[in-house]
Parts: sequence; C-alpha cells; structure tokens
Amino acid sequence: MPANTMSKAERDQGHARVFDLSQHSLRELNQALHKLTPGSNETAWEVLHPKGSHSVAVGVDQPVTIDVRGSVGYYCAGMNDGATITVHGSAGPGVGENMMSGSIVIKGDASQYAGATGRGGLLVIEGNASSRCGISMKGIDIVVHGNIGHMSAFMAQSGNLVVLGDAGDALGDSIYEARLFVRGKVESLGADCIAKEMRAEHLELVQGLLDKAGVTGVKASEFKRYGSARKLYNFNIDNADAY
Amino acid sequence: MCGIVGLFLKDKTLEPKLGAMLSEMLVSLSDRGPDSAGIAIYGAATGNEAKITVQSPRPDRDFRGLDAELAKAIGAPVSVAVKSTHAVIRTTPDRVDVAREALQTLRPDIRIMGAGEAVEIYKEVGLPEAVVDRFDVRSMTGTHGIGHTRMATESAVTTMGAHPFSTGADQCLVHNGSLSNHNNVRRELVRDGMKFETENDTEVAAAYLSNRMAHGKNLGEALEGTLSDLDGFFTFVVGTKNGFGVVRDPIACKPAVMAETDQYVAFGSEYRALTKLPGIDNARVWEPEPATVYFWEH
Repeated sequence: MPANTMSKAERDQGHARVFDLSQHSLRELNQALHKLTPGSNETAWEVLHPKGSHSVAVGVDQPVTIDVRGSVGYYCAGMNDGATITVHGSAGPGVGENMMSGSIVIKGDASQYAGATGRGGLLVIEGNASSRCGISMKGIDIVVHGNIGHMSAFMAQSGNLVVLGDAGDALGDSIYEARLFVRGKVESLGADCIAKEMRAEHLELVQGLLDKAGVTGVKASEFKRYGSARKLYNFNIDNADAY
Repeated sequence: MCGIVGLFLKDKTLEPKLGAMLSEMLVSLSDRGPDSAGIAIYGAATGNEAKITVQSPRPDRDFRGLDAELAKAIGAPVSVAVKSTHAVIRTTPDRVDVAREALQTLRPDIRIMGAGEAVEIYKEVGLPEAVVDRFDVRSMTGTHGIGHTRMATESAVTTMGAHPFSTGADQCLVHNGSLSNHNNVRRELVRDGMKFETENDTEVAAAYLSNRMAHGKNLGEALEGTLSDLDGFFTFVVGTKNGFGVVRDPIACKPAVMAETDQYVAFGSEYRALTKLPGIDNARVWEPEPATVYFWEH
C-alpha cells in the first residue's frame, strides 16, 4: 500500500503498518502481504474493521505479526506459513485451513472446520470451536480453551488437538495417528477412536502445548488421551473376504 | 449456497427501522445467492384486518380495478396497495379464504405469496439490492422479519421458487440447504390436505411446519419435528405472527450465526450480515448448535 493511500489515523498508529478494511479492499491487503520478502522491515501489521470479511490474511509466507481487530468470516489466515496472526474477535468457517507453520490465535470463538488439513504451526482458539475442528489435520497443533463440536478430528492423520473443555459427538472418527487430549467430557467417540493411557511423554507434550498457548492454571494430568485403535485403517487379513 | 437472515425486535423504538435493518442484512449476503431474493415483514396485527400479498406477471392489467371487483365478489370492504409486481390486499379476517378463491376466478394469473394478519411477503428474481429497491422494503416498519437470497439447486429460478415460502396464515420460512425426502413428505402432506404451488423442497418444509401447527403443535414443537422427519441439509429460519425460530440439521454444515442484545435477536448465514446492527460489538454472538431449536415470541 503506497504511503499516500494511508489516512492520518493509520499513520498515527506507530510502527505497525495499519490497513483499514473500511477504506481499502481485501485484495489490496492480501496482495501487500504476499509482496513481503524475506528480511522485510514491515514486520508488524494491523488490520482494522474486518467486519466478517472472507479470506483475511490468507497465504502469508513471511514471519510477520498481524493483529486483526474484529471478527472475520470464512478462511481467515488459511495456508499460513510462518506468520503470527491474532484475531481480536471471532472467526468464521475454515480458520487456519491448511496452515503450514507459524501461529494463529483467535481471541473469540471459531466456526466449523477450524484448522482443517493443517500441516504444521499452532492454532489457539481462546473461546469455543464448533463442528469438525481439526478435520483431516496433518501435523498442526490445535489448543482450544473452550469446547469443540461434533465430528472433530475426523480422519485426523497427525498432530495434536488439546481441548480444555468438552468434545461433541463422534470425536476422532476414522482417526489415523493424530493425538487428541480432552480435559472435559466427550459426548461420544467416533469409529476406531479409543481412550488411551496418558504416559509421561504425553504429559510433557500437553504441558508444552499449554505453555505455548499461554494457558495457566491447568495441569496436563487433567487431560485424557484419545487416539486410533488402528483397526480401521490397517488391513486385517481376516477381512480379506469382504473385498 | 443461499444466504438467510432474520431479525426479531424486542425494542419497540427500532420498529420503524425494521425494513432498513433487514434490507442491509440481506444485501450484505448478495454473493451467497444471485438468483432471487425475498423478504417477509411482520407488522403489528390489529385483529380486525387481514392482508393477502399477491404477485402478478402483468401488474398493470391485473391490479387495475381489483379493489372494487373483489369487494363486490366477497361482500366486504377491500383495499389494494400496489408495490411493483406485488400488491397487498386488505380485507376483514373472516373473508380471507373467500377472497383467495375469488381471486382465482377474477385474476387467474395472480399468485398468492402469503396471507395473514401481520405478514407481507415480497419476492422476485434478481439480486437482493434490486428486490429491496423494487418493493421499497427499507421504508417498512414491523416487529420481526426474515429474508433470503437464493442460489437455486432444487427447482427453477422463478418468482414462485424464491423464498420465503408461506403455507399457512402468518407463517413463512427461509431455508439454506437442500432436502432429499421432500417428494415423500409432500405426498404425505397432500394426503393430509396441504396444498402446494411448486416442486420446491423448501415449500415442503414450510408446509410441514404449517401442518404440525394446524395439528396443535407450537412453533418450537413443530421445529423439533423437522429433525426426525426431514432428511437433508437445512438451516431454517421461520416467522409466525408473533414469533421467530431457528433450527439446523444435526450435521449442521450450513452456516449460521446469531446475535442477541436487549434490543433484538438477529440471525445471519454469516457474521457479515450482522455487522451494521446497533450495539453488535457488545452483543452476545454465538453459533446455533446442531439439532437444537431456538425460538422467541412476543
């Protein structure tokens, strides 16, 4: 964004580059973010008045900090690769979809399929997440302070999902090797998902994720672990007649 | 896709702005459905007047002289207020059924959008902005209303295929999703005396609710029934004379956001639809739970 398109209020915000979505288009914002190159001095960004816009700050691939002041719509911060993105509000469906690395923090709630297919990085939801949280996750870490909805971690392949509250129906249905940790009650487990023992390595893992997510006053020992019974995705020779 | 909105006012001082607020909400969701749009607005029922909202493909021909002809046919006073392709016919509540029948003879091309003591329904092919402008919805006052912008999947893009669908007095419904057992449910409802105007799946959902309420269920109980009797994807927002309800199917893949303050309860397919409502920054905003009925009544 050229300097002459910035309002006085924007310039007065200090060192962060401020982008007001009530004055500039979403495409201008995302193009400016995509133009960032390694070593750029524009490391801090602030986005004002998102008002439920779709696709805010998708595809950012530089280690910058982006603060979004308000609630966003579909697909915020999708494909994030290295940025630290904070939404000071709630997020619509598909937040952080296919994140590669970096971190995303949602101060409010997240709608369905938060962190879907994520391959890396950390997604923190300080409120509740709705259905299908972490669906098909492939390496991402997700920490939800509140509850998660039904069909969460469906076909989850790898990574960790830590939930401080409760989980809805069919948690971890058809799960592969992702690890699920829930502190509250689980409405029901999906096909081939079972409760598992919390061993020392899991306590350490959960504690590390709680620390990274800024959670205090909660102990790793309060969580139960759930994962794959490995009966569904491993071929069993006794079932050969069924094929 | 489709976009749906609903607004139920608690604060009477907002009533003059209902049309403007609901229009703003619907227009903000235009890119969820460009095919057609519609809105139902509930004004305060007086008890001694009923309204029939009708539509004509030839309004200049069909609405001219209709007030006098209809008054003569039904033996009661009639007024006709024309708004573009629609007209609101006012008469006494006990003459509504007779008037509907008389209209079929007097003006065979007229289609009835809905009837009741409180509701007016306006729907047409086109973008929400054009539909809202055409019927001057922004200037309308009322207590609650619902709206829809359509991306058609189950039936043709026509005025009659647009939402809201009304199948009972002061009852109407908007829908995001698609029903898979609508043909079977329609057959069962027809056997129970319900009448249908289209092949549309949403009209079946509307008629299902009207039928249940005609059998003595309240709005909440009728909505509860959709969870076991209707198969498919749905987020429904419904209006009755003094109520407003929301229900989502158990899979709940069709989006929904609600907001509540001391002044109103609002529904939108997306948060975008709610951003211009007064006090939204301090409203309680939440995603309605799957398979859970929400309803409010005045």
